[in-house]
Amino acid sequence: MSTVAGGEFSAKAIIKELLSYKSGLLGVGILLVLTALSIYIVVAIPYNKAIEMWRGSEKYWIDVPRYAQPVWIKYFVGKNLPETIIIDSRKGPGVGIYKAITPIHGTDFKQVEIVLSFEYNYDDFPSEVNLFFYAKNYTSPPLVKIYWEKPDGQKILLKTYAIKKPDAILFITIDEEITRTLENFMYSVTKKETEEYIPPQAILFAVDDESMASMKTIKVLKSGSKYYRLIIKGIMQGKDADIDAKLVVYGKVYGWAGTDHLRRDIGLALLWGIPVAISFGLSASLITSILHLIIATISGYYGGIVDSIIQRMTEIYMIIPFLPFLIIISAFYKIDIVILLVVVIVLSIFSGGIKSTRALVMQIKSYPYIEAAKAYGASDLRIILMYIIPKILPPLIPGLIGAVPGFVFLEAGLSFLGLGDPYLPTWGKVINDAYSNGAMYKGYWWWLTLPSLMLIITSIAFALIGFALDKIVNPKLREL
Amino acid sequence: MAKLLEIKGLKKYFEIKKGFFSKPVFLKAVDGVSLEIKKGEAVSIVGESGCGKTTLGKTILRLYEPTGGKIVFEGRDITHEEAKNLMWYRRAASLVQQDPYGSLPSFFTIYKILEEPLIIHKVGTKEERREMIYKALEAVKLTPVDFFASKYPHMLSGGQMQRVCLARAIILKPKFIVADEPVSMLDASVRIEILKLMRELQEKMGVSFIYITHDLATTRYFSEKLMIMYAGKAVEKGPIEKVIADPLHPYTEALLNAIPDPEPENRKKIRHVPPGEPPNLVNPPPGCRFHPRCPRAMDICREKEPPEVKIGDRTVACWLYSEK
Repeated sequence: MSTVAGGEFSAKAIIKELLSYKSGLLGVGILLVLTALSIYIVVAIPYNKAIEMWRGSEKYWIDVPRYAQPVWIKYFVGKNLPETIIIDSRKGPGVGIYKAITPIHGTDFKQVEIVLSFEYNYDDFPSEVNLFFYAKNYTSPPLVKIYWEKPDGQKILLKTYAIKKPDAILFITIDEEITRTLENFMYSVTKKETEEYIPPQAILFAVDDESMASMKTIKVLKSGSKYYRLIIKGIMQGKDADIDAKLVVYGKVYGWAGTDHLRRDIGLALLWGIPVAISFGLSASLITSILHLIIATISGYYGGIVDSIIQRMTEIYMIIPFLPFLIIISAFYKIDIVILLVVVIVLSIFSGGIKSTRALVMQIKSYPYIEAAKAYGASDLRIILMYIIPKILPPLIPGLIGAVPGFVFLEAGLSFLGLGDPYLPTWGKVINDAYSNGAMYKGYWWWLTLPSLMLIITSIAFALIGFALDKIVNPKLREL
Repeated sequence: MAKLLEIKGLKKYFEIKKGFFSKPVFLKAVDGVSLEIKKGEAVSIVGESGCGKTTLGKTILRLYEPTGGKIVFEGRDITHEEAKNLMWYRRAASLVQQDPYGSLPSFFTIYKILEEPLIIHKVGTKEERREMIYKALEAVKLTPVDFFASKYPHMLSGGQMQRVCLARAIILKPKFIVADEPVSMLDASVRIEILKLMRELQEKMGVSFIYITHDLATTRYFSEKLMIMYAGKAVEKGPIEKVIADPLHPYTEALLNAIPDPEPENRKKIRHVPPGEPPNLVNPPPGCRFHPRCPRAMDICREKEPPEVKIGDRTVACWLYSEK
């Protein structure tokens, strides 16, 4: 007999033995964690929601910093990097929120004062500061003055602003007028000219002395027990007129995987990438393996002209350039992941694996038990399905599991080339975004490394299981 | 007794080289063998390895397509019957193989192995099948049946596996069983048990047997009739006692001489074993195929094939007994 001693294995015995190997245990462990995460993310953020969020509108991500690093980087750089601070007067009154509306007698004018205060004790400046207005029922655009008050008592009038839209946004750190105001403020503090560009968010949060004049010396003014304050004072017209404001001080870290150029949480794509990658890899590997198995068995069992046709087909398929074909098809038809799966299966239906399986079948078909089955009248189909396939299946399982990473990488590779599923957030697409936005060049390391890491972990899990299974069904590789 | 199976001039040639531009080359494994088996009779076919006895057995069972000749079973010519019209024959004739380790599918339980033929021939309901399987296991003395039914083949010993093979062979209540060296791979200690069991089944169920072996010594346990084969031909046929007591063909004589003699007195007696090896079946010698090794070869043996000569209830193919 040969290495095909596989018949004696039941599924239960294989799993039990698999877990007795350290590599098998590790692989199964990783896979279980990935599966649990997949189930969690699919339940927590269903398919449609995920697509909407990922492709979506600013409404999901407007409060999230752009290009933020993962939160845990704090523990490696030894600096308390700022997280995003959001203070919304609609949530008030509460900690840090003060709002007062005083009607002016005899008119339909109202005076409004909103004070948003917060502590800021980080070691770095925020990445952006934005102010969102929510105005209701006004008859003419409300006019407001916006002040910035630092914990050391300095108070700056940033801008006088007319709220012309119900949902106006004041980009404090981009607004030209505010930038000029802040530069003037800086000169008044440092009393000297500087060539260097100091970003507005730095001036807003810097210690007010000469050090402000250069990015090399500038320091963050920590609020300690005091507060930073944004004060909005204004007048509005209208009987039921109301204004609310939301201040967002964008941090430099967000989530466990950071964010990208569209403020999206990369973690979402990484988590949603797990079920996509695993299901794509597993189903592609499973379906192609089963088809190969059936085709190879038919070829080896019947022999003759059927065998010749299948073998010639296989040889033709072996020289078809798989990837270029796939790329051309995806480029022309913008296919989604299910169609991609079908195309991958169709393109690999007669692959080289058929040859080795066929050799195995030709060996098995001359075994006495097959002859016995013929003697009691088993049909060819019954012999193939019930007598040959169960015998050759166990040695093929390691190959099946081992082939999964290949398909996972294939999907990621196509997504990276911009040819993957156009809707789903996947790892390949994140890498593609990172690449096209020059992530490595600009130092956005998390954008590229984390999805790559996910790919590697997934592949390692399947590879480890594959190795362990190989040892089980291939006794020659077994360690004593 | 009525005739059950009759084969006439059966031939099985294997094409070992396809003839595309040249003549195809054939290996003549069985070359014109005739045999008659009556109901309930057991026939032993004896010969050295490579003489075509296994091929003969498998051709009779239509596992091989015969090249020539005729197979008639219960009056029906099945020589070239199509597979789909042979189901009744598959049920009536069964096979016990040489290698019990390889002849049971390792991934089925014993129960499933025995159920397969019943399912294929659509015999009985599930409960009836269970009954039949338990009866078959009892018949081959694999008890307690529950215990064995749930086992996988690798959990059994060689002898037990061969009993399962026997149970599988009898489960469809066949009329005819080809046992192809059923004990040659077994331990000497269990050989006789299996043979006795086969004999018992044969007598109880009235099944006809073809017992293929290279071991003349075991045939007496088992059969009434003996056929000696050499290089694809039947050289001698007859009742077993007579053939062994008085061999007609020089080859039969040589075979009998080769049986180890337990008598210590004879330990120094020189045995006359014919020199040389069996011929190549692709290109057999002309005339009698045994002549290169035959101590009594004559000129005619080198030129013409000997016809089968009837001597009483025996048949022999040798020029010594026919008119030249």
